[in-house]
This record gives sequence, structure tokens and C-alpha cells, in this order.
Amino acid sequence: MNNFTEILKSINSFLPELSVITTLLLCLIADIIIRKKSPIVTIIAIAGLLVSAYFVYMQSAVQESLFSGMLVIDPFAVFFKYLFILSSIIILIFFEFSNEIKESTHKNEYSYLILSLVLGAFLMASSVNLLMMYLSLELASLTSYILAGYSKSEKKSSESSMKYLIYGAASSGIMLYGMSLLYGFTGSLDIYEISRYLATNPTPNAFIYLTMIMIAAGLGYKTSSVPFHFWTPDVYEGSPTPVTAFLAVTSSAAGFSLITRLFLTTFLGSTQIVDGAFSIIAGIHWQEIIIVISVASMIVGNFVAIWQKSLKRLLGYSSIAQGGYMLAGLVVADTIGLTAMLIYLSAYLFMNLGAFFVTILIVNKLGTDDIEQMKGLGYRLPFVGVAMAVFMLALSGIPATVGFIGKFYLVTALMKPGAGYLWFAIVLMLNSVVSLFFYLKVVKSMFLERADNTDELPGIKFSVQSYIILILLLIPTIFFGLYFGPIVKLAESSAVLFGIR
Amino acid sequence: MAELKILGIGVLSWMVFLPVLGMIIVLALPKSQTKAIKYIAAGFMVLLMFISVYMLANYDSSKAGVNSLEGLQFVEKVTWIDVDFPAAMIGKIHIEYFLGADGLSFPMVLLTALIGFVGAVASFSIKKNEKGYYAMYLFLITGMMGTFVALDFFLFFVFWEIMLFPMYFLIGIWGGERRLYAAIKFFLYTLFGSVFMLIVMIALFFSSKDPQTGLHTFNLITLMNPQTFPPESFFGVLGNTWRLLAFAGLFIGFAIKVPVFPFHTWLPDAHVEAPTAISVILAGVLLKLGTYGLIRISFPIFPDAARYFMYPMAILAAINIIYGALCAMAQKDFKKLIAYSSISHMGYVLLGMASLTTIGMNGAIFQMFNHGTITAVMFLMVGVIYDRAHTRGLYDFGGLANKMPKYFAVTMIAFFASIGLPGLSAFISESFIFLGGFNNEIIRIVTIVSATGIILNAAYILWTVQRVFLGELPTKWDGLNDISVRELISSVPLIVIIIALGIYPSLFINLMSNSVTQLISFIMK
Repeated sequence: MNNFTEILKSINSFLPELSVITTLLLCLIADIIIRKKSPIVTIIAIAGLLVSAYFVYMQSAVQESLFSGMLVIDPFAVFFKYLFILSSIIILIFFEFSNEIKESTHKNEYSYLILSLVLGAFLMASSVNLLMMYLSLELASLTSYILAGYSKSEKKSSESSMKYLIYGAASSGIMLYGMSLLYGFTGSLDIYEISRYLATNPTPNAFIYLTMIMIAAGLGYKTSSVPFHFWTPDVYEGSPTPVTAFLAVTSSAAGFSLITRLFLTTFLGSTQIVDGAFSIIAGIHWQEIIIVISVASMIVGNFVAIWQKSLKRLLGYSSIAQGGYMLAGLVVADTIGLTAMLIYLSAYLFMNLGAFFVTILIVNKLGTDDIEQMKGLGYRLPFVGVAMAVFMLALSGIPATVGFIGKFYLVTALMKPGAGYLWFAIVLMLNSVVSLFFYLKVVKSMFLERADNTDELPGIKFSVQSYIILILLLIPTIFFGLYFGPIVKLAESSAVLFGIR
Repeated sequence: MAELKILGIGVLSWMVFLPVLGMIIVLALPKSQTKAIKYIAAGFMVLLMFISVYMLANYDSSKAGVNSLEGLQFVEKVTWIDVDFPAAMIGKIHIEYFLGADGLSFPMVLLTALIGFVGAVASFSIKKNEKGYYAMYLFLITGMMGTFVALDFFLFFVFWEIMLFPMYFLIGIWGGERRLYAAIKFFLYTLFGSVFMLIVMIALFFSSKDPQTGLHTFNLITLMNPQTFPPESFFGVLGNTWRLLAFAGLFIGFAIKVPVFPFHTWLPDAHVEAPTAISVILAGVLLKLGTYGLIRISFPIFPDAARYFMYPMAILAAINIIYGALCAMAQKDFKKLIAYSSISHMGYVLLGMASLTTIGMNGAIFQMFNHGTITAVMFLMVGVIYDRAHTRGLYDFGGLANKMPKYFAVTMIAFFASIGLPGLSAFISESFIFLGGFNNEIIRIVTIVSATGIILNAAYILWTVQRVFLGELPTKWDGLNDISVRELISSVPLIVIIIALGIYPSLFINLMSNSVTQLISFIMK
């Protein structure tokens, strides 16, 4: 009986997820009724997400535990839910612009697959139980396998989906094994229980490292971090561009939410020693693992991207590197680092989605994402070209764009007195110099080089709607670069994890 | 804290953001209206000149500024960003829109307005995609002007980086054959330098504690106050390793811009590939940002480290002077020769700064201005000959003196000024610099060695005169026209200034001498 009331009570706080599920079903039914391509399904999906956003908003200041400690609601989860909703609404709008999707016979199905991944992401952001974590991760992963391989006629798409699936299955298997080891040792699936156990009982170091590496393998796969990144470029290249954008932003953000909660809650003491800094469980140096992953991601991502010829592959490697930057926020392991990471994630959302939107527009017109083919393109589509230049400069972290603010806060967090990560800050910034080289490659191809017949080719026009979307993505990229107070305040108030005080 | 406003907006804000307004207007015009675009851009630069003259009329040269808030002029101070950083141990991030001018920055503001105008007129020969060109050009002026007047480190950094990408496009789209290489090289070099600047900036932020508010700060004036750094912070103890490292980090950031050997290799590439007007801006203003950064940020914030690194800086300056001159002598390309001569002349500036004497520092700032005007003329003159002959090979010419007498006259004044002939402006600044160097016992020997640079300087300039202007005129150049009116409009004002400041240098030196005295007495304290 007690359990039953608990569940009833929890359901009240489960409304955001429930509204996503309802929308998903509505989309399915609408698809069956309509049976042809129309924007209605997309509109239903967007409306449902907005309803869900309203319920998320109602939970703004709530901190509670649901379903007997399976899930929690806290500002951290709320932040990520906003992020998922915003990014998937933008992606759903992208669907209406992308020829790759519009020409597909399964256009409507894409919409509810997106919702299904959002549901998985919601659960990832709020689960505090190893089993729940695994299940939500799998829900998100399975959906993304389908998304990646859904253009059945495309050979590349099927190939990338297959790769994705195999890597995914292997890495989540490894992660499950790590989790079971942790369970076997501590006797609990609840991450708070585990943390308490680790804090009070001496634990063999080798064992802890083993489990952490195994868990990091599963999560690193989701965030496409080195050395679990091998699927990324292929899948990014093979999937329809909006889906690539979705995987790069929403899906990897979900991975970050999970990895952050898991490491900060499990492997840290649950009390704050000073305001904002957590106590470290003696003998557990999990930061070292994250540092290795983070630095490797930055270096591999940035250096390999230099040689890419396909814009989508380039953005794939770029997102590997960007993931590396974000993990730097986790390394600092306190409220400041967490805030910096959230700021970077919000910055990343705007600039990366912007870059992908330009890619969609270009792929629509050119039919290819080969950077060589874009020679002189900037003169044929000046506004889109300039927008791309802004997004590229933002991704490389040039001031007056939101990307710089993200980097600035990450470096600040790393250089915080007593953190001792000065070298890490320097590595991060030097990496952003390297990244500039390949981001500018796109700009260079569009503006600095000219095809032999650039002047003869007619200008390319886009619909008014696409310009509006582009401007809507440009505004936050520049505005928050010049006036970043709001974004910092939001991130700061969201850097609160349930159960850590 | 004197203020000066036009239409309720501070005069420095006008200086910084008028070009942005011009850029918006240029962008709003249709592409085919090339004439309108040109004249609007040039018109905005004229407006900038007017405002700078208005500022000059209201400038009080008795005020020193540098590290005293009261001595700054045309101050504008508004809170820009004010957010709590998470957790009490960090406190607030408080960034101000803080502009102001004093004897260190005001000459550079004048120089930027002047060279900006000259460059805009020189740009009239651009015949490709004018709309984009002038938009980028105006944006570049904003970046440079902003860097010169920003007094908040964060703001300074934003302006410093912002000017990179218009420059990248200006070289990369309108440049010569190897423009792609030159553009990316310029961008990457400068960005590499700013990595260290950013790191030092954040370190300064964390170790500072505003004596009045108790908060961390980016305010450069507050950071110059030694009391800002509590003894337990990174930079709390004068002369500690952190301070020396921070100075070195900032020095790399600024030295790349100057450029100081061994960070100079981007400059010849960028200069040779850039269109004439951009070379003028590059040599005339952009290089000064590096040396300006040294006296605005590095020296006053880390005076102990400035004294410590005096000798290495002088050595680097000497290398710049001699190596630059020797490289210039070896060039076959007119433009590359001037690019290397810039390296040599910026070495003088660094030497004057390294002397840490009032006279040397006065000479250094004066030399910054003079090099700006003289090199601008020289690049314009290279542009003139290149537009006509489509070659810059020094050995392709000869006997131009008779063929193009007006051109010869203008060029010779610039050349003689560059050698440091008495009566022309650079003579004063160079002699001040060497006087300063001699007065400092530690770097006296280095100064003596560097002084041989003067002979090398004369050698490569006179040899160039011989190769280009004297001797037989090759028959293929029979059709060359003399310099045109437009080209005279862009160069004559500079020539007038070069001569005027050579005859009556106090005009200029009065502007800055109080500030320089204050700066040096503060550093040597």
C-alpha cells in the first residue's frame, strides 16, 4: 500500500515524461490516420514538447526523489530537460527544411523516434539507480540506432547504423559489466548508497579503477569521447543531416548528464566541504580517468578534423573535441566546474545546431557536403555563408560569440585557485587554436577560394523561413557572446545535484 | 575623470562604434553601388578624424592618467556583465565597459583615425567585391580603436581578438597570390599568442582583490595597484615566479603582434600578400597594438618583472633591429623590404621601452607614431608603383626619378624619414630611444650594438633608392604615369605630419610626456 501511494505521488512529478509519452502515441496515431507526408505530425510533436516544457517549468525549484529512489528531480535535471526540449524542437523544425528527410517515405516516423529519444534522455538526466541508468541509456541508444539507419535506401546510412549498433552493443555491455561489479562489491544499485559504502569502507584501488573505466566506456560512447568515438564520423556522415545534428547535440548532452551525475554523486562524498566544493572520497582519483579521456578527445578530435573533406565528418570530429572540452568541467568536480560545463553545453547547442542548419541548407542545394565543392559558395549565398562563418568562429571560441564565453568559463574553472589544472587550461586553449585551423577551412573554401565559374553561377536563394530560423540561431550565438549574464545565471542555478549539500 | 560627450554618448564610444554604424550602412547598400560604398566608408573615416580633432582640442595634456583614475580623460564606465560566480570563494564576475584615454593611448587613437582615413582612400583602387571589403575594413577599425581605449582587460581582450577575423578576410580575399597561406598564418600566430594572454588574464582575475570592493576584477587601473594582490595570491609577492611567468606569457602574446624575433615570420607573408591599404593598416596601426599592450598592461601591472626582463627585452630588440635590417637588405621585393624594415623599426620601439627611462619611453611612443606614418607612406608608394607596373621587383626598375618626379619626391621624404634624417620626425624619436638606452647602464652595451642598425638602415634604403630611382630607365617603363591626385591625397597629409613633427616635435611629445613620466616613475619605484 505504501508503495502504491508512493507511486501515485511520483506520477504527479512525472508529468514531463508522461506528456512526452502521450505525444509520442498521438504522433503514432496521427501518422496512421494521415498516412502521407504532412507537417501535422511534426506540429503535434512540437506542441507536445512545449507542454512537457511547461511541466518541466513547474518543477523548477523542486528537489525530490521519485519511484522509491529510481529517479530524482533537481535543477540539474530540469536544465537538461530544457536543453533536450529546445534542441529537439529545433531539430523537428529542421526536418521541414531538409530534403533528405522530406523525400524520405518515413518522414513522420522520424518525428516520433525523436520523441522516443527525448524520453530516454529525460530519464538519463534524472536517474540515480544503476539499473535505471542502464535502461534509460539503452532506450536512447536503441532509438538512435534506428534514426541513424532509417533511410533504408541509402547504403551508407545502413552501414553507419550497423557500426553504431555494434559499437553501442559492445560498449553498453562493458558498462553493464562494470555496473554489476560495482553492485557486487557494494551491494546496492542506488548511487547514494554506493557512495556511502565507498566512503566508509576501504576499497581496493584496482577494483574501483576497473569499474570506473568500464562505466566510462559506455558513457564515453554516448558522448563520443576518445577512445570510444570510432562510430562518430561514420554515423555523422551516413545519417541524414538533421539526425546528425540531433545525435551531436541532444544525444551527447544526455550522455553528459548521465556521466556527470554518476561520477559526481557516486565517487564524491555527499557533503560539501567548502561552499561549492565537494569532499573527495579518499583514494579514489576518478578525475584522472576523465582527464585522460578529455585530453585525448580534444587532441584526436581536433587533429583528425584537419584532414576531413566532408563537412559532416568534420563536424563529427569537432563534436568529439567539443565533448573533450566539456569533460574538463567535470574534472574540476565542483559547482564551478559544473556551471562551466552547463554554460558550454548551452553555447554548444546554439552554435552547433546553427552549423548543422547551414549544412542542411547547403546539402539541399549542392547535394553533397564535400568542402571542396563549396569553393566560392559564399558569394552565391552571402548571408548563409556569413552565418556559417559566425558559427565556425563561435565553435573555435573567438570572443564576441557564445563559444568564447563557454571556453572562458571552462578555463576559469580549471584555473580556480587550488584546482591545480593550469596545464589543463593551457592544453585546452592550445587545442582551440588548432581547432580554428579546420573551422576556418570551411570559411576559407566558401569565401577565400573561388571556383573557376563562381562569377557565372547564379546566386542561391532560400525560403524566407530558412532565413528566419538562421537568424533565430544567430541571435543567441552573438547576443550571449556579448551579454552572457543570463546564460551564466541559468547555468549557475542549475548546478545543483540532488542529495549533495 | 573628465568626460566628453557628443549627443549624450561618450566621445570614445563614437570613435569605437562609428565604424560599425558605417559597416551596417555599407552592408545595407546594394552591391552595385560601389561608388556610394567607397565614399560612405571614407566619409565615416573623415568623421572619425573630425572627432579626433575635437578630442585633441579638449585634451588636457597636464593630466597623466596611466594608473590614476582621476588622470584619465574621456572616461566612460558602465557595468557590462555582473554575475555571481557560483560559490562564495570566487565571488562576482564584474566586467565593465570601461573606456578612457591618456598620454599612452591618445596618440594611438589619433594615429588610428589618421591611418584609417589614409587606408580608406588608398582602398579606392580595390576593384573586387567592394561591399564586403569596406564592411570588413570598418570593422577592423572598430577592433583596433577599441583595443587602444579599453581599460578593462576583458574588454581589451574581446577587441583584441575581434580584429583578427576582418583582417583574415581582408588578406584572404583581396590579397595576392599566396593570400590563403598568409591569412591563416596571421590568424593562427595571433591566436596562439592570445592563449597566453587569456590565461594570464584569468590568473590576474583570480589573484586580484579590489581594495575598495573586495572583489576580483578585470579593471586595468585597479590591477596596476600593488595593493590589489593580497600576499597569499599568485601575484601577491613582488618578483615571485608567477609574476615573472605571467609577464613572459603576456610578452609572447604582445610580441607576436609587434612582431619580435622569433615570432616575426607571419609579418613578411602578411605584408606581401595584403592589398596596399591593408599593408598600410597592418604596419601603421596593427603592429602598435603589441607595443601598446606592453606599456598599457605588462609594464604597469608587473613593474618588477619589467625590470627583471629589461635585459632580455633589450637583446630581443637588438636582434630585431639588426636582423630586420639585414633581412631587408637581402630582399628583391620592394614590399618585403619594407616589411622587414618594419621589423627593424619596431625593434627601436622595444629598445626604448626596455630602457625603462622617461626619455626612452617617450621616444618609443613617438617612434610608434612615426613608424605608423612613415611606413604607411612607404607602403602607399609601393602600391603606386605596383598598380602601374604590376611588379615589385627591386631589380626591375631604375631611373624612375626622372620619369615620376612627384612620386620620387614623396618617396624620398618617407625614405629619409625612415633613415632618421634630422628635420624629419623619426630622427627625434630614434635619438630619444638611443639616449634612453645609453642612460640605462644595464643595457648600454646592447644599445651601442643596436645603434649599428642605423647604418644598415641607411644602407638598404639608399641602395633601394639607387636601384629604383637612379640609373637607366628600362625602356619597358616608358609608359609609366606619375602619381595621381588620389594617391597624393592619401600620402601628403602624412608627409606634412612627418615634416611638422620633425621640426616641432613638442607638439606631439607634450601629449604624452606627463603620462610617460608617471608610468616610468611608477615602474621604477
